[in-house]
Amino acid sequence: MPSAILALEDGAVFEGRSFGASAERSGEVVFNTAITGYQEVFTDPSYAGQIVILTNPQIGNYGTNAADNESAHPFIEGLAVREFSSIASNWRSDEATREFLSRHGIPVVSDLDTRALVRHLRTRGVMRGVLSAVETDAAKLVERARQIPTMAGLDLASRVSTAEPYGWDKPVEPCSPSEIVPAAAGTRFHVAAYDFGIKQNILRRLVQVGCRVTVVPAPTSAEDVLALNPDGVFLSNGPGDPEPLQRQVSQVRKLIGKKPVFGICLGHQILGLAVGGRTYKLKFGHRGANHPVINKVTNKVEITSHNHGFAVDPDSLNLNEVEITHMNLNDQTLEGFRHRSHPVFCVQYHPEAAPGPHDSHYLFDDFVKLMAGER
Amino acid sequence: MPRRNDLKRILIIGSGPIVIGQACEFDYSGTQAAKALRSDGYEVVLVNSNPATIMTDPELADRTYVEPLTLPYLEEIIRRERPDALLSTVGGQTGLNLSVELAEAGILDQYGVELIGAKIDAIKKAEDRLLFKDAMRQIGLETPRSKLVKSEAEALEFAERIGYPCILRPSFTLGGTGGGIAYNRDDLVEVIERGLALSPVHEVLIEESVLGWKEFELEVMRDLADNVIIVCSIENFDPMGVHTGDSITVAPAQTLTDREYQMMRDGAIRCLREIGVDTGGSNVQFAIDPKTGRMVIIEMNPRVSRSSALASKATGFPIAKIAAKLAVGYRLDEIRNDITRKTPACFEPTIDYVVVKIPKWQFEKFPGADPTLGTQMKSVGEVMAIGRTFKQAMWKGLRSLETGKAFGSEKLDKNLIPQKLITPTPDRFNYIRFAFESGYTAADIHEMTAIDPWFLEQVEEVIRFQKELARENLAGASRDTLSRAKRYGVSDAQLAQTWNVPELSVRDKRKTLGVRAVFNRVDTCAAEFESFTPYLYSSYESACEADPSDRRKVMILGSGPNRIGQGIEFDYCCCHASFALQELGYESIMVNCNPETVSTDYDTSDRLYFEPLTLEHVLNIVDTERPDGVIVQFGGQTPLTLALPLKRQGVPIIGTDPENIDLAEDRQLFGKLLDDLGIPAPENGSATSAEEACAIARRIGYPVLVRPSYVLGGRAMVIAYDEETVREYMREAVTFSQDRPVLIDRFLEDAAELDVDALSDGEDVLIAGIMEHIEEAGVHSGDSSCVLPAQSIPRQQLDTIADYTVRLAKALHVIGLMNVQYAIQNGTVYVLEVNPRASRTVPYVSKATGVALPKIAVGLMLGKRIGDYTDARGVLPVPQEFVKSPVFPFNKFPGVDPALGPEMRSTGEVMGVGANFGEAFAKAQISAGTPLPEKGTVFISVNEHHKPEAVDVARKFAALGFQLVATRGTAAAIRSAGLTCKVVFKVNEGRPNAVDLLKAGSIQLAVYTTAGAPAFFDEKAIRRSAVTHRVPCITTMSGARAAAEAMAARRRDPIRVWSLQEIHARQKTVA
Ligand SMILES: Nc1ncnc2c1ncn2[C@@H]1O[C@H](COP(=O)(O)OP(=O)(O)O)[C@@H](O)[C@H]1O
Ligand SMILES: Nc1ncnc2c1ncn2[C@@H]1O[C@H](COP(=O)(O)OP(=O)(O)O)[C@@H](O)[C@H]1O
Ligand SMILES: [Mg+2]
Ligand SMILES: [Mg+2]
Repeated sequence: MPSAILALEDGAVFEGRSFGASAERSGEVVFNTAITGYQEVFTDPSYAGQIVILTNPQIGNYGTNAADNESAHPFIEGLAVREFSSIASNWRSDEATREFLSRHGIPVVSDLDTRALVRHLRTRGVMRGVLSAVETDAAKLVERARQIPTMAGLDLASRVSTAEPYGWDKPVEPCSPSEIVPAAAGTRFHVAAYDFGIKQNILRRLVQVGCRVTVVPAPTSAEDVLALNPDGVFLSNGPGDPEPLQRQVSQVRKLIGKKPVFGICLGHQILGLAVGGRTYKLKFGHRGANHPVINKVTNKVEITSHNHGFAVDPDSLNLNEVEITHMNLNDQTLEGFRHRSHPVFCVQYHPEAAPGPHDSHYLFDDFVKLMAGER
Repeated sequence: MPRRNDLKRILIIGSGPIVIGQACEFDYSGTQAAKALRSDGYEVVLVNSNPATIMTDPELADRTYVEPLTLPYLEEIIRRERPDALLSTVGGQTGLNLSVELAEAGILDQYGVELIGAKIDAIKKAEDRLLFKDAMRQIGLETPRSKLVKSEAEALEFAERIGYPCILRPSFTLGGTGGGIAYNRDDLVEVIERGLALSPVHEVLIEESVLGWKEFELEVMRDLADNVIIVCSIENFDPMGVHTGDSITVAPAQTLTDREYQMMRDGAIRCLREIGVDTGGSNVQFAIDPKTGRMVIIEMNPRVSRSSALASKATGFPIAKIAAKLAVGYRLDEIRNDITRKTPACFEPTIDYVVVKIPKWQFEKFPGADPTLGTQMKSVGEVMAIGRTFKQAMWKGLRSLETGKAFGSEKLDKNLIPQKLITPTPDRFNYIRFAFESGYTAADIHEMTAIDPWFLEQVEEVIRFQKELARENLAGASRDTLSRAKRYGVSDAQLAQTWNVPELSVRDKRKTLGVRAVFNRVDTCAAEFESFTPYLYSSYESACEADPSDRRKVMILGSGPNRIGQGIEFDYCCCHASFALQELGYESIMVNCNPETVSTDYDTSDRLYFEPLTLEHVLNIVDTERPDGVIVQFGGQTPLTLALPLKRQGVPIIGTDPENIDLAEDRQLFGKLLDDLGIPAPENGSATSAEEACAIARRIGYPVLVRPSYVLGGRAMVIAYDEETVREYMREAVTFSQDRPVLIDRFLEDAAELDVDALSDGEDVLIAGIMEHIEEAGVHSGDSSCVLPAQSIPRQQLDTIADYTVRLAKALHVIGLMNVQYAIQNGTVYVLEVNPRASRTVPYVSKATGVALPKIAVGLMLGKRIGDYTDARGVLPVPQEFVKSPVFPFNKFPGVDPALGPEMRSTGEVMGVGANFGEAFAKAQISAGTPLPEKGTVFISVNEHHKPEAVDVARKFAALGFQLVATRGTAAAIRSAGLTCKVVFKVNEGRPNAVDLLKAGSIQLAVYTTAGAPAFFDEKAIRRSAVTHRVPCITTMSGARAAAEAMAARRRDPIRVWSLQEIHARQKTVA
């Protein structure tokens, strides 16, 4: 059977069987510990530029289906798993996972010791790597891994963002006759959503709470956004390092105080920078669906979905200006804050889940309340 | 919300004897809860009638009561102890039900005891299936359509409406007892009758069938601040229709997308909030239609359950321990995850391996029982296996089962395939494999089993690979082939079989090729954080995470899955061995594969290997750990059979030498030893042919006891009264061979039986207990009640027994524990067998004497002397009367003859403590669920030579105000003694007969002894109806005498209880 190699910049080499496309891709090698939701991970634009290791050893079991995509196509560079299912078993599946990934030219290496790989990254930190189903010379691949640019300083958001503005009005569709999804609230608000790599479930969730959404490209100026006369501005999740996004930061700074602003993930980091904070790179990031986050306002714990390699340094924030609202109970990193004098709030994690628990959906309601309050 | 300081004393109720549907998982949960609460400074008062549990260990609670789990005794305990709170959720259904009773009887209010864990209304809402369904409907969760009926007519009417098949479930029974599936009118009529009878409230729920749907379980935890987490998702390999307890189950769920999983998660959380379980763990069951995705909720258990034990072991998240802390006020985020240390317990474990649980059934012990698996649980135990993939875990699990049959050697019949696939029975999985081998496609099999195609694909991949293997051979096998085989979970033994070479040469070959087992950690977080607990499983990955220490270390081999004859008693021993090792400064390493047990709790031993107990797996661990010693005498028969092979591989076995273990196990060698010692044993011989067998039987004279060599739990033993039976046995009963001959002993009729447990350091021998059986020899030691101290055995016979025991221990150079069984017939003491290991009675004796035998045994194995522990010599004294009684699963197996015999069939045991024998026996009977009547009618029918005794007991019963009825002969004898006694027909004589009276409820106690010859239909009928109508049925005269004494005691003595601590305080024999 064809083989594939995952080579890391530090010389570590992992070999396994090749599944998806017979291609070679490179990127930052990261791991995600969620048990379910591989399709959402594949299609989350925040994974642009990354080769993803899934710690759940059985991947592909339930195939893929059109409804669970988080964007038009997969964004991961490559995939490393312990075992890849040769069949798809689920009533909603319309394409086997293997076909889905091959069709989009994404290489998959399977049957390798993903746990050893994860422990390696946990101790050494995430690093660059090359996943190749064509090259068999590991040494060459290690060399290539060292050539590729590091994440830090890279503006990936603009790369994955939409070229043209577009409207969105699709709500959440139940996945089963038994899923309780209340009918979407009547449209009361217009939200301008910055697309830094936005996940569609964020858009669905916004519609769900009564928003009509106009998605705008990453470089859109504050003026152009205000010209749309939205009730609120949303700052999306997205890939990579927030530091290089100075233009977006300055635009957002202009929006603060003019419109209610809600940011998620990269959006949260951009807000962090906009209010004068600093961001830094985490050793191996947060990627999973089981992180406990405490809401300091309600004093309740939410089990949350994560996907970020950078974070906002809480000590860099001016606490007279902003209030810390959410903290991560695993490693005490900042998970959310709000502005003390302006209708602005954001979280580092993913309240829209997909994949992950639904504990944090309330944040979309909060956004709506905020917009209502500003009317 | 921090710890509650208004509570000081907390009462924990255990789950009582091991029965089908409620096994040692509740010893695990109770033990964890007790430990957690005490470590937090609470006083714990613990009640459980089961002496074999770790939780009833005096060290584990401040006050420990081994007393009946019934209102009067609980009230007395509460009156004495005045606990501030009762933790209702860790004692299984029994603990929960009793908590409800206590609350409703107003006892909790009267003594100001607060119910913590689950409140009364929450329990009711969850347990009462109708209230539950209403509640679920209110929060938008679907449940199968259903109706509660109190009569057959009602049942039929509703069934016609929803159509067949339909599911029947008696209210308030455990593990689905009395429930079933009705495919048609007739089924319905049959099941409904049984169901109504068994339901304490005479109600049965009829429900729309969702047979063949996918079945799932979620383990949920909630704290007082309403923080909720899902600890684990479990998917059943066997779809709806097979009880989860009888299903192969897999964690995590494998075939749900995130959307579907989150829908289920949301449902479970909503369910918990609606039911109002304010703290602790609950288990929620769902079914999903594989075609449409429609989801219904099946049930929720507002307490720690079998599945939560499994989930705890599967994830490393100790549900019961956390549940206890939540119950006393802590929040999830205030509790630390002790595996990662840094992170809080408020998170959802994620796992990077696959866990498979496989049930173990024992229908072979219950001839006549229906082996069809349905909505009522029938398995007696289970194994869990952890692998990096489903295939690896599944195949590991299969060999953890210890079927005794070589893999693939099962007798499978092509023609039976469709039937065996369509109707689930214990060998369904074997038939799935077989079907693939026989060319059936996954589609065919899915069609017939409704098992998810993904699971079938996994099985098929292994089968396909095995076909490839068959084309290779050991010499030619490449590193790649071998490593693939191991990654698929194929055992060395199986490879050896395929290539027909010795198992060990496969091992050598792969090791030389560098295909070695490594060990991965169970860490709750898929390696995202460092783990500090060595909880390990084997795999064939690239890196080993065992990192063994360089400390002095000893490895303990556990007892594997619970089964009749080998259960929790041995887990008690293993756990104590581990504690003792730690006290002596050794690192303790536990190896076991039973998820229910305390021994597989990661904080019982320093290191835990969750592995099958086979030569291959144990050797892998030894290679990695290099222990200074390995203990094989605490895990029952399982490790004993490994003792010699391990020794041959140079593994340092400590304690009694495997050669000597073998000597005692091999009944021929052993017979010779007894001759040399001049210790009498029943005359015996061994045969390898029917002719030989009959010749021997003729020589030693009938009746004889026939059995295969190397048996455990008295498997396949028969008492033969004539040649015909012997021939038949040789024809059908067992397979025998030159090296596995059939053993024939003279059967000692009307002999008293005694069990002896002793400690030996090689020179000194301490006899821990001489237990007198209530039933005479012929009833398996595990199935007869017994009493400490012996009651009716003359001094000098006890001395003989002591003397024999000492000489045997010395002759076998026993180091550690030894168990001997004796029979006394006409004044002569015979040795029946010696078990050079911890026996089933060790925990019972330990609790009666206050001396933890395994603890000392470990010391002796490590070179200590008995004198280092105690000055006691001879036989340890017992300060009170202790009766141990067995508990049988007959109510689960309608149609099975409940007669007792040399083959063990009890699943569990209870202990009664009294100031006199009668009191202790009475309590034991109450705890065993067969309380003796206080008034009414006693039916007596005994064989000729029991008549004198029968008259004797009849007089006692009459004196206690009971009416007497008897069969003609017996009645005559009784009347001639001047007692009034009605006559009743024997079943074969006419009517009204004994059975009619039993059914009519006009008999409260039956005393029945067989007429020597094998039981005839008459007795069988009586025994059966006695069981179904819950009438205690005594089959021995000694038993009858005991009953009479017990009933007298019930009249005489008040309800009184003693804690083990106060009993033991009265006599300190051990330092
Ligand atoms: N409506 C149903 N249709 C088909 N099978 C069912 C139905 N309800 C229950 N079962 C089966 O019976 C088993 C036991 O039912 P459950 O409600 O869980 O009772 P218990 O309290 O004994 O666990 C379940 O595990 C499931 O396999
Ligand atoms: N020779 C005998 N005469 C009468 N009863 C016997 C005899 N041998 C065994 N038994 C009965 O059979 C039971 C099981 O026999 P045992 O040798 O203890 O096998 P096991 O290994 O199953 O414990 C004993 O507990 C005893 O009651
Ligand atoms: Mg159930
Ligand atoms: Mg025995």
